[in-house]
Amino acid sequence: MSTIIQVKELSKRFRELQAVDSLSFSVQEADIYGFLGQNGAGKSTTIRMLLTLIAPTSGEIEIFGMNLRTHRREILRRVGAVIEKPDLYKYLTAYENLSLFARMSGISPTSRLLMDQLEQVGLAERAHSKVKTFSQGMKQRLGIAVALVHNPDLVILDEPTNGLDPQGIADIRNLILHLSRHLKKTLLVSSHLLSEMELIAGRMLIIDKGKKIVEGGAAELFDPAQTIVELDTTDPSFTAEKIGYSIWQPFLQERQGGKFILKMDKSRIPAFTQDLVTQGVQVLAIRPRHSLEDYFLSLTTANQHVEAFTN
Amino acid sequence: MWKLLQIELFKIFRRPRTYIPFAAIAAMVLIIQLGLKFDGRSYLELMMSSLSDSFYIPYNMIMNGYLVAFVILNTLLIQVPLLVALVAGDTVAGEANMGTLRLLVTRPFSRTQLMLVKFGASVIYTILLLVWMAILALFLSMLLFGTNDMLIARNNVMEQIRASDVLWRYIAAFGYATVALSTVAALAFLLSIFAENSIGPIVSTISIVIVLTILSEMRIPLYDNTIKPWLFTSHMLAWKGFFYSRSNGEGAAIPGTVENLPAILRSLGVLLAYIVAFVTAAIWIFKKKDILS
Repeated sequence: MSTIIQVKELSKRFRELQAVDSLSFSVQEADIYGFLGQNGAGKSTTIRMLLTLIAPTSGEIEIFGMNLRTHRREILRRVGAVIEKPDLYKYLTAYENLSLFARMSGISPTSRLLMDQLEQVGLAERAHSKVKTFSQGMKQRLGIAVALVHNPDLVILDEPTNGLDPQGIADIRNLILHLSRHLKKTLLVSSHLLSEMELIAGRMLIIDKGKKIVEGGAAELFDPAQTIVELDTTDPSFTAEKIGYSIWQPFLQERQGGKFILKMDKSRIPAFTQDLVTQGVQVLAIRPRHSLEDYFLSLTTANQHVEAFTN
Repeated sequence: MWKLLQIELFKIFRRPRTYIPFAAIAAMVLIIQLGLKFDGRSYLELMMSSLSDSFYIPYNMIMNGYLVAFVILNTLLIQVPLLVALVAGDTVAGEANMGTLRLLVTRPFSRTQLMLVKFGASVIYTILLLVWMAILALFLSMLLFGTNDMLIARNNVMEQIRASDVLWRYIAAFGYATVALSTVAALAFLLSIFAENSIGPIVSTISIVIVLTILSEMRIPLYDNTIKPWLFTSHMLAWKGFFYSRSNGEGAAIPGTVENLPAILRSLGVLLAYIVAFVTAAIWIFKKKDILS
C-alpha cells in the first residue's frame, strides 16, 4: 500500500496566530483517515494547505509522491474536495453545477455520467432544480457529487456532516464507506465528532492548537483504563456526598449540572454501579462517553481539564 | 483556457442581474430617441442658439440618425463605466461571497489562468454591452431618423462630415470606448481581489471614477500638465477625436481624416498601460493570497 499524503513539519502562521504548528502525518492508499480536532484546532487550515488555498509558512506536502508546490496541477487533477460548507452556484441547477465543475476539472462529462453521479448521492430527481431551493443536506450531497465527478483518487472532506440531521449523517457515512471499500478511494475526512470518526476511520489524527496530539487506529487511541464515564442519578446532592466519602472520590473529574463525570478503567464500572446502589443512590444512567472532549479529558489531569474545556 | 472562458461566460449570462445594465442602456437610449423624435427641433435650437442668428440652419437635415447617436454616446459613455463596474467588481468578490472561490482555486488550473479568464470574461461583457449600445444608439437611430451628413459643433464652429464618411468613425469610436471601459473593468477587477462581497469593489470603483473624472474636468493650471495627463479618466472621452476631421484651406473637412490621430493613440496607450498595470497587479496579488472565504 503506498503513501498518498505525506505532510512534513507543516506550519502556518497568521500574524500572531500559530494556526498549524510543525504538523506531520501520512495517509495510506484506500484508507479513511480521520482528521480530528475541536473548532479552531487547525483542521481547516491544514486542509486548505493540502488544497493550495493557503500557502504554508514552512513545511512540505507531498501527494501521490509529488511535491504539491511543483506539481500542483497534476495533483489537483486527482483530488476531489468539499471544503467546509458546500457552496455552489445557487442560481444554477444541480446538473449545471456538476457539469460546470466536471469541465473545470478537465473532463468532458456525458449526461449519463452526470446523472449517475447525482443518482449516487440521491439527487437525480432534483437534477434540474436550482440549488437555491435545496436544503443544507442536499447541498452537502451535491458538494460531494462535485468532489467525485472527475473520479479522483483522493477525496478530502472537511466536516462533511456539519448541519445534517441524523439520517443525513448516516447517508454521508455510508457513502464514505462505499467510496473506500468498493471504489478504493483514499479519503481524508475532518470532523470534531470522535464518535462519528470511530465508525469509519481506519486511522485518526487528533490535533489541538495546530499541534499533533496523537495519531493511530481507534484501538491504539483509546485506553480502556482512561474511560470517561457519565453518571446520572435522581438526587445529585446525595450522590455527591456518597461519592465524596467513598473510594470513588479520586475518580471524579467534574460535575456537569446534575451529572457526574468520572475517569476510570472500563472494568470497574460494574463494581462502581453496585457500590452506588448499595449506598442507596438511585442510578438513572451510567455510560462510557466517547466525544473528542472526553478524549482530551482522558489525556489530562483533573486540574488541567478545567483549562482545556472551560477556555 | 477557451473552455474556462466559456464556463465563465456561462456563469455570467445565467445570472439575472447581468441583464440589468442591458435593460438600463435600452431604457436610456429609447428615452433619448423618443424625446428627439418628437421634440428634436427644440433641442437643436437650444444647442445652436449662438449660431442661428448668423447662419441658416437646416434642422430637418441635421436631425438624423448619426447626430442622434452622437448625442446618445455623449450622454451615455459617462454613465456606462458605472454599469461595467457592476459586473467586473463582482468577478472575484462575488465568488468569494458565494463561497465558490475556494472550489475554483482547487481546480487543476493556475491562479493566473483563472484571473486572465475572469478578466477576459469581463472584457467580453463590456464589448457586448457596447455592441448592444451600438445597435440601439446607432443602428436603431439610423432606422428611426434616417441618415444624412453629420454636423458637429465644436468651439462655436460647425463641422460637417459627409454621410459616407461617418460610419467608420463610429466603429473606431466604439472600438476606443471598448478600451476605455475595459480600463474601468480592470480597476473593478483589481479591487474585487481584496473584498469578500461585491458591494465594496463596485462602490470603490464608482467613487474612484467619479473623483478622477471631476479632477480631469477641472481647469486648474497646476493639475493640467502634472496630474491630468496621467489620469485614465482624462483619456476616456478621447473617442470624440474620431469625429474631428482635418480641414482643407477653405475650412472644409477632408473625408477619411482625423485631426489629431497621435493624441488619440497616445490616450489609447495610456489606457492600455492602465489595463496591463491593473490586471498584472490583480494576478500578482491573487497568486499570493490565502483563500480564507
